[in-house]
Amino acid sequence: MHFHNGRIPEEYRRYVGRKVAFLIVLTILLAAALVVAVSLGAANVPVPAVIKSLLGMETTRQTEIIVWNIRLPQALASMVAGAGLAVAGAAMQSILRNPLGSPFTLGISHAAAFGAALSVMLLGGGIMGSNAVGAIQVTNPWLTTFSAFVFSIGAAAAIVGVARLRGATPEVMVLTGVALGAFFTAGTMLLQFFADDVQLAAMVFWTFGDAARASWREVGYMTAATFAVAIIFFANSWNYNAIDAGDETARGLGIRVEWVRTSGMLLASVLTAVIISFLGIIGFVGLVVPHMVRRLIGADHRFLLPASCLGGALLLLVADTGARLLLAPHVLPVSILTAFVGAPVFLWLIIRGGRT
Amino acid sequence: MILDAQQLHFAYNGVDVLKKIDFRVSPGELLAILGPNGVGKTTLLKCINTIHRPRAGAILVEGTDVLRMRPNDIATRVGYVAQRSETARLTVFDAVLMGRKPHIRWRTAPRDLQIVEAAMRHLHLEGKTLRHIDQLSGGELQKVCIARALVQEPRLLLLDEPTSALDLKNQIEIMRLLRHVVSDHGIAAVMTMHDLNKALRYADTILLLKDGEIHSYVPASQVTAAMIEAVYGLAVEIHRINGYPLVAPREEPSH
Repeated sequence: MHFHNGRIPEEYRRYVGRKVAFLIVLTILLAAALVVAVSLGAANVPVPAVIKSLLGMETTRQTEIIVWNIRLPQALASMVAGAGLAVAGAAMQSILRNPLGSPFTLGISHAAAFGAALSVMLLGGGIMGSNAVGAIQVTNPWLTTFSAFVFSIGAAAAIVGVARLRGATPEVMVLTGVALGAFFTAGTMLLQFFADDVQLAAMVFWTFGDAARASWREVGYMTAATFAVAIIFFANSWNYNAIDAGDETARGLGIRVEWVRTSGMLLASVLTAVIISFLGIIGFVGLVVPHMVRRLIGADHRFLLPASCLGGALLLLVADTGARLLLAPHVLPVSILTAFVGAPVFLWLIIRGGRT
Repeated sequence: MILDAQQLHFAYNGVDVLKKIDFRVSPGELLAILGPNGVGKTTLLKCINTIHRPRAGAILVEGTDVLRMRPNDIATRVGYVAQRSETARLTVFDAVLMGRKPHIRWRTAPRDLQIVEAAMRHLHLEGKTLRHIDQLSGGELQKVCIARALVQEPRLLLLDEPTSALDLKNQIEIMRLLRHVVSDHGIAAVMTMHDLNKALRYADTILLLKDGEIHSYVPASQVTAAMIEAVYGLAVEIHRINGYPLVAPREEPSH
């Protein structure tokens, strides 16, 4: 081949430059939203004080406590969860070549809810109480988290198992996921039917995804998982682009399509499992954010994946702040707001038509 | 010699699909695989690319058996143009750039972008850099797919029915383009085809498959009506118009 006399087209340079600029703008918006989110709440902390505190400069003791002990862990939890869920959703939509693709489509969240319900029923139970976290607490949150995680991973492993038997095609994975989702939903209903009032309340409460549940430790675990999985996804950007162009084309480019699809599905599931095990079920972020971002920045995964991370973080942070303020002094779990906002946005995207 | 396929054997669900397939392709040579529907043309192409793994035999590309190579290494030597390419919403430039995937490690280098620009110019796609590929005509899309395979810098190009979905003008344009690419760059190309006339006009060598075996393997100029009749089960005549062969069904005597 003699293709060595090429010049990089100026218009392509500018095109890439615009995409990078979009990512930078999203990052700045996210940083600004973080500062505003930390400043807003029952006790108002002025933005300059928040910035001072975040930069480690001297502020009042009260500001330090509000910022570092109360608001920042919750804000970071919602950012990391939003980033993780959105990037997992973006990868899944590509891997499964299905606009409805998300770890939720594959029954991962249903499995987590079942795992949590089983833990409440058999291993722990719930207690009535009243504190900052809510009226109902599960007595053993770590065991419940662990159980939810194990069942999520079990569901993902089952899908991988079926895919190994029948071929890792999008159809096999989606249909297996739908079947598993129905199975775990039935299992949860069975447990709920036999649960007493407090157990039932604890089970239902667990499913309300809420960033307020996270302490610094949980934020650390979620950040590590999101960071690791996102890096792997970013490294696979060209593989996902090629799979979009068709399995045969991708194989012709030397890509192990089944491996990329199976490992990507498993990683997206693990990341989702980590997040929802800690926070409960937060729907729609993984589904809607990649669609919104795709409209703005295009379908090239080199930009779509990082933009989904940033967009997901921004959306969930704004939603979480809204959920804290909307019915103050009552604090809504963020999952309620994401579904309320997400569903109409999704409908709008469908009605507007075009490619998503 | 670029491609040397030796005694290939492929079975699917216990049924022999390809048997004793043996052929060679040299630099600058365009070989067309012909035969009726379901005879195993596409399967043979996919075997050469190891998308299907043959049960027996060897596929040497410049002396190295691709069956022992890693998929990424194969993709640096063999370019594949699938029959149907999905139209993900990428720009033409990015869709071609995807062909550099086997060479890209972490991120694209300026050299990758330069090769893409040169290949696009070569295929007359230079004015369409930022067009989205779902807005292209069938002929333009096929050019993008060929450009994508070319920027892999392959020694062997495989094409599955490259003109099947195109109108006559685009068919001729793509065939001329392939002819030039193969001759200019000294690469080898293997394509499956249904159009006998295009195959006889543009290919150097014809490989006729029947019942999963090679029926005839001859230079295009030596294909006879009897060979075509034996493979397709249809009586034909080969006429010459302006020096080019034209295959036409033999008229049945009217009753």
